[in-house]
Amino acid sequence: MRIGVTVFPGSNCDRDALYGVERMGAEAVELWHADADLKGVDAVIVPGGFSYGDYLRPGAIARFANVMGQLEEFAKSGGPVLGVCNGFQVLTEAHLLPGALLRNTHMRFVCDRVRVRVETVDTPWTAGCDPGEELTLPVAHNEGNYFADPETLAELEEEGRVVLRYLENPNGSANDIAGVCNEDRNVVGIMPHPERVSDPALGSDEGLRILRSVLVGAGV
Amino acid sequence: MMGRAPNFLELSLFSVMWSEHCGYKNSRPLLGRFPNEGMRVVQGPGENAGVVEVGDGWALAFKMESHNHPSAVEPYEGAATGVGGIIRDILAMGARPVALLDSLRFGPLEEEHNRYLFREVVRGIGGYGNAVGVPTVGGEVEFGRAYSGNPLVNAMCVGLIRVEDLVRSSASGEGNLVVLLGSKTGRDGIHGATFASDELTDESESKRSNVQVGDPFCEKMLIECCLKLLDEDLLVSLQDLGAAGITSSAAEMAAKGGVGIEIETDRVPLRESGMEPTEVMISESQERMLAVVEPEKVDEVLRLAERYELVGAVVGRVADHGDLRVLHDGEVVGTVPAEHLADAPVYERDVVRPRYLEDVPELDLSGLPEREDYNAILLQMLGHPNFCSRRPIFTQYDHQVGTDTVILPGADAAVMRIKGTDLGFAATTDGRGRHCYLDPRGGGAATVAEAYRNLSCVGAEPVAVTDCLNFGSPEKPDGYYQLAECIEGMSEACEVFGTPVVSGNVSLYNETDRGAIYPTPTVGMVGVMQDVNRRATPAFKREGDMVVVIGSGSPPSLAGSDYLEIVHGRVTGRPPSADLGSEKEYADLVRHLISEGIVDTAHDISSGGEVVAVAEMALAGGLGITYTEGEFERKIAGQGRGRTDVALFGEECETFVVAVPWERWADFQAAVPGNVGYDQIGTVGGNRLTIPGLIDVSLSDLKEAYERDLFEQHAPEGGHIG
Repeated sequence: MRIGVTVFPGSNCDRDALYGVERMGAEAVELWHADADLKGVDAVIVPGGFSYGDYLRPGAIARFANVMGQLEEFAKSGGPVLGVCNGFQVLTEAHLLPGALLRNTHMRFVCDRVRVRVETVDTPWTAGCDPGEELTLPVAHNEGNYFADPETLAELEEEGRVVLRYLENPNGSANDIAGVCNEDRNVVGIMPHPERVSDPALGSDEGLRILRSVLVGAGV
Repeated sequence: MMGRAPNFLELSLFSVMWSEHCGYKNSRPLLGRFPNEGMRVVQGPGENAGVVEVGDGWALAFKMESHNHPSAVEPYEGAATGVGGIIRDILAMGARPVALLDSLRFGPLEEEHNRYLFREVVRGIGGYGNAVGVPTVGGEVEFGRAYSGNPLVNAMCVGLIRVEDLVRSSASGEGNLVVLLGSKTGRDGIHGATFASDELTDESESKRSNVQVGDPFCEKMLIECCLKLLDEDLLVSLQDLGAAGITSSAAEMAAKGGVGIEIETDRVPLRESGMEPTEVMISESQERMLAVVEPEKVDEVLRLAERYELVGAVVGRVADHGDLRVLHDGEVVGTVPAEHLADAPVYERDVVRPRYLEDVPELDLSGLPEREDYNAILLQMLGHPNFCSRRPIFTQYDHQVGTDTVILPGADAAVMRIKGTDLGFAATTDGRGRHCYLDPRGGGAATVAEAYRNLSCVGAEPVAVTDCLNFGSPEKPDGYYQLAECIEGMSEACEVFGTPVVSGNVSLYNETDRGAIYPTPTVGMVGVMQDVNRRATPAFKREGDMVVVIGSGSPPSLAGSDYLEIVHGRVTGRPPSADLGSEKEYADLVRHLISEGIVDTAHDISSGGEVVAVAEMALAGGLGITYTEGEFERKIAGQGRGRTDVALFGEECETFVVAVPWERWADFQAAVPGNVGYDQIGTVGGNRLTIPGLIDVSLSDLKEAYERDLFEQHAPEGGHIG
């Protein structure tokens, strides 16, 4: 399986995501922001970082990058897309996912490891997890406070589209939401960084539970 | 020297280049004392960073630099650009920056201004480091009156490189082109180097415009672009632009290469119009690098710069005349021999012992009442800003990006792996200002010893040192004496430990109207690990492990200790001098136990003494400890000479606490040489710290005192304990 990782100016988890893809046993493909070409990949990860310096708003400029047009088509045709951290912010700015990520309520950057619960296994990025499975994953963000209007939140809950939920909320997110998916369930955005715990040498490879799910869905 | 009077532009060049910050005119004769050679040293002082070999062709480029003055007047940008600047020093060696550490000092947090400086400096470090994508993995913070209004902000960066890929900064090849990469040049930071070499006064606040503004996004692109240019072999040499801007970089590149450089100021891309050639030459706009490029490769260099959204421009050429020559619209507006610019005059001063040191007595314990509420004292110590948890700080720093951080912040030293190998490295920053004030030579040595112990406690072999020498004015006898003596003490320790000083910087004139700071040399030390999986942290890990103190049995002392200051409000007494040979012997033994896989839990006894060290281990692991009945009474009667407070809180040299699993006890005994003393003091387990008859506290009470939010402190220090 070939998995693309988009690289925007200011992405800084792109190399970690490429490494994570290697750790999950897939082929990693770098997708440069200026090239409108997904290189025929089977899935795409939009990594974390500070694309375009987070100037204006996180993700607000990245959504206009050349690569995004193709990515939107890929997403709409059902291709598996995972946005991590800044990648989640990019996907909400591009309206591929509902809601928005606001400043953490305590107004501080937070880098930590937090416990989350897998709320649905009906997405390509959680299909390999057990329902209700609890994972400890790193977070590192300034704007991770998930926000959506009450109707959208109710819809997400009813349709089982909350993908990960914090057991200890680090940022003030509505309904303790750490990740959501789109209506078609193929596009997932999460604030925690599974690629940062993809190697036992770093004390944990629990992140592979998420990353390897996409292999399960593809029957690999 | 020039045979004529310099014009205004030329004078400006000398002004910045001969400042203490760039020219080291007061400190240079003293810096020569540092040992700087060693088996693993690939690059000693004189380049942008020191370089040491790790193994398998890997090397570490590392350096620490101060940004004290900018941080005093504009703490967010001062700290942020301190981080940005040190990253570029590492990048200039061709290395990928992989770890940041910060050594910080502030005045007491009861003062609103100190709280502001602390909060904004931490935000600035995070704001820059998090965005640029280099993890901030370690460091230290200390609070003390001597730093009120004059914070110390020392940033250290470590970069990873293959030995054969190292880049030097000397210019060469007449006719080669000089290319400026990065952001545009503006009026920010004009005369920043001169400002950094003066005392801080009430007027300093008005010098905000001397402080540069950082753009971590641009820096991130600069890192990726420069590494790509080097990877494609497109550069002859590379140099960062720091203090004194283009002037400093071009003069140093020219002087090192024995060539001249001509800069055409009208070809420098500007952020604002109407800038004079002088301003262009000394602007300290951030995120810029200067490269020497062969003419046929220039197009490709500029194309790649554009790909990374950077400004790239040919701004000059290498010439054979040996001058730094400034041209504007084709006319020469200034000419100075590069070697003169890069070679500031040297002031040799007399070293005179200050009178205050004559008044520092040996500590007389008979005048010190012994408080007996040891539970409360322990909680007071752990809750003090100098001991309490650093979590509220390091959770604001991205310490995991890069997926190489093996030991997360909070241990004795940060540990990083080198991907694709078993190799690892460790880094620590340490300073002991109060000790250096009370005994400059002993304190200098103790600072290096502290770093040596910290690296050993994680299992790394210490290999080399970078330092920031933070001192008061060298023009005052006290300041100069402290500087000279601290350097002597540090040098003695570095010689015994075999850890040469390979890079560093000097920050003098750290004085306000309240006086000078404590003399505070901070040491950044790196160590290597042949097997990164054989490592240790302070955290207790298993119920039933035997807790053992290893040390020479030298008497603990309250002289100049944290206990004396926190509990009794006194700063006095001559701290005990370390026996450097023993320090090395015991630290090396601890490292041996770790690398043999016998222990994975180790911590040194330092500030706060034995009971604070043990409490930190219990807190880190969430497991308690019970001392063996009668064990501590022996220490009180022996090393403590009858004083319980000395035995509990006295600071010790060359002493370590390790936890040994039962099944490794025989291996432990076999590994410890017969002449080395150790005491099995207790056993890991439960949820209390218990020393029978003296201390009995629950972990949750310890935690409540320890885990406080430093950013929300308003009460006087330690004031929450009765």
